Amino acid sequence: MIRTLTCGAALLLALTSCGRSDPGLDQLGPEPDVPAIRETLVPPMRIAKPVGWGDRTPVVPAGFTITALATDLQIPRQMLVLPNGDVLVAEGRGGHAPALRPKDVIAGVIKKQGNTKVAGGDRVTLLRDADGDGRAEVRTVFIDNLDAPYGLAFVDGSIYVANQGALLRFPYQPGQTRITAAGEEVTRLPSAINHHWTKSLTASADGLTLYVGIGSNSNVGERGMAVEEERAVVWAIDRATGARRTVATGIRNPTALSIEPTTSALWAVVNERDEIGPQASPDYLTSVREGAFYGWPYSYWGQHVDPRVRPQKPEMVARAIAPDYALGSHVAALGLSFATNGGFGGTFSQGAFVGEHGSWNRQDLSGYKVVWIPFANGRPANRPVDFVTGFLTEDGQARGRPVGVTFDPTRRLLFVADDLSNTVWRVAPRR
Amino acid sequence: MDREQGADAAGPHPIHAILLGFPIALFTTALITDIAYLRTAEIQWTNFSAWLISGALLFGGLVLAWALIALVIHLRAPNRPRRMLYPGLLAAMWILGLVNAFKHSQDAWSSVGAFGLILSILCTILALAAGAVAFSGFAAREVAR
Repeated sequence: MIRTLTCGAALLLALTSCGRSDPGLDQLGPEPDVPAIRETLVPPMRIAKPVGWGDRTPVVPAGFTITALATDLQIPRQMLVLPNGDVLVAEGRGGHAPALRPKDVIAGVIKKQGNTKVAGGDRVTLLRDADGDGRAEVRTVFIDNLDAPYGLAFVDGSIYVANQGALLRFPYQPGQTRITAAGEEVTRLPSAINHHWTKSLTASADGLTLYVGIGSNSNVGERGMAVEEERAVVWAIDRATGARRTVATGIRNPTALSIEPTTSALWAVVNERDEIGPQASPDYLTSVREGAFYGWPYSYWGQHVDPRVRPQKPEMVARAIAPDYALGSHVAALGLSFATNGGFGGTFSQGAFVGEHGSWNRQDLSGYKVVWIPFANGRPANRPVDFVTGFLTEDGQARGRPVGVTFDPTRRLLFVADDLSNTVWRVAPRR
Repeated sequence: MDREQGADAAGPHPIHAILLGFPIALFTTALITDIAYLRTAEIQWTNFSAWLISGALLFGGLVLAWALIALVIHLRAPNRPRRMLYPGLLAAMWILGLVNAFKHSQDAWSSVGAFGLILSILCTILALAAGAVAFSGFAAREVAR
């Protein structure tokens, strides 16, 4: 019996300590190292304990300043800059996935440790910094009583809000600080269960089409494939009629969409699957190709088969294409914004800002920063550069976690939503 | 003989016997639902297994604690190697059951797979064996009456 006990303890210890990553692997760029699947009985979970910012602010490169545009928000996620410079912030938390297994109960409690204790606002807040001092002197509840709003877009004088279950249109008058009109439903969005509830949104360059990113209803099909109809997809919605078609499939959780300015192509940041090792599989930035299948759930990073999905579908794996650019495993990219109109100039003229919320499924924390990915000719041209950092303390606690990033080309500003400290940060060139 | 010992000639205490019924039934049912999952890939079956194994661990833990306490209290009683068989079976069942619970917390096919099935078979055999040992004394008494 003693021997059994010892063996059991040794086994458990061995199984839990497998979360270490190999620093030799390069998981950034178009051709990342993708290691073999490493499943562990107890998934490595490392939650960065929230500690808040105190007197500190995030760290920006030399030549830039950062200020808190607004604090004490109610879980800020994505943002939109209106033509007059007003910043809209979608606040909320969605999803109504029931716990189906003991694991769902336990993992839920653990992951909650790394998130804000504030309840989601279910609203859009307007922030106005007319004097340009980096602090919003006007702050109003712009649209209230929403249902986990996330994606925002402004097209042809109207404001579009992607709730977790519907795409809504609101009429807007320039300078308005509050909309009381009821939203008009453009299209209903898949919302059953909503394991991944965030509905990302962007408008095509010509403004005729609205793209909506719809995340999968599970990590890798563990709620059954019946609930995955029209999940892990990107929809193109005709703005005038509300008619929709599916542009891309197998794209696990497209958490932010943005139009690349030189080619007008649709790009997305996508969160990949968990529990197959600290470095599998890389989250990615990709152009969303018409008709493309990105593998989920059958395979990842192209045609690396995920054996957890049964029945397996070799014919689907054969169709899967590899994304364009790896961001690293478990970084949880949630924000994407291209620099337009010359960006910040210099090395920050052409490229994309990516907000990385940060990992839970690996022992060595990854993400927890905003990176800049230089582009040339409409494609990523180099390795990512840290742009906003300082979200982690030296001992691995979290001061904040970046979500949406939004570049304002008119005023040359970058806004970063931080859903742990409930702040919107404003990065500006030092003048 | 003392009825508090969990397993001896007089058979287990009634409450102990009721508690022991849970891991026997739940591990056995989990084995059946595991087989159902592996045959159909229908997720609901592995969800059943996960809860059944958790229940088996909860009640199995109480039974194991009872048996271990009884063993310690009667440490100096004769026939120790034979009396260690019952808590030994329960301990092996519980540890493998715990590993099995973690196995069943993995996603989709990995929640069972070959390893999960083997663990469920072993847990079922160990639970049934523990039951057989515990109730053999009880059976003997019934026959003697």
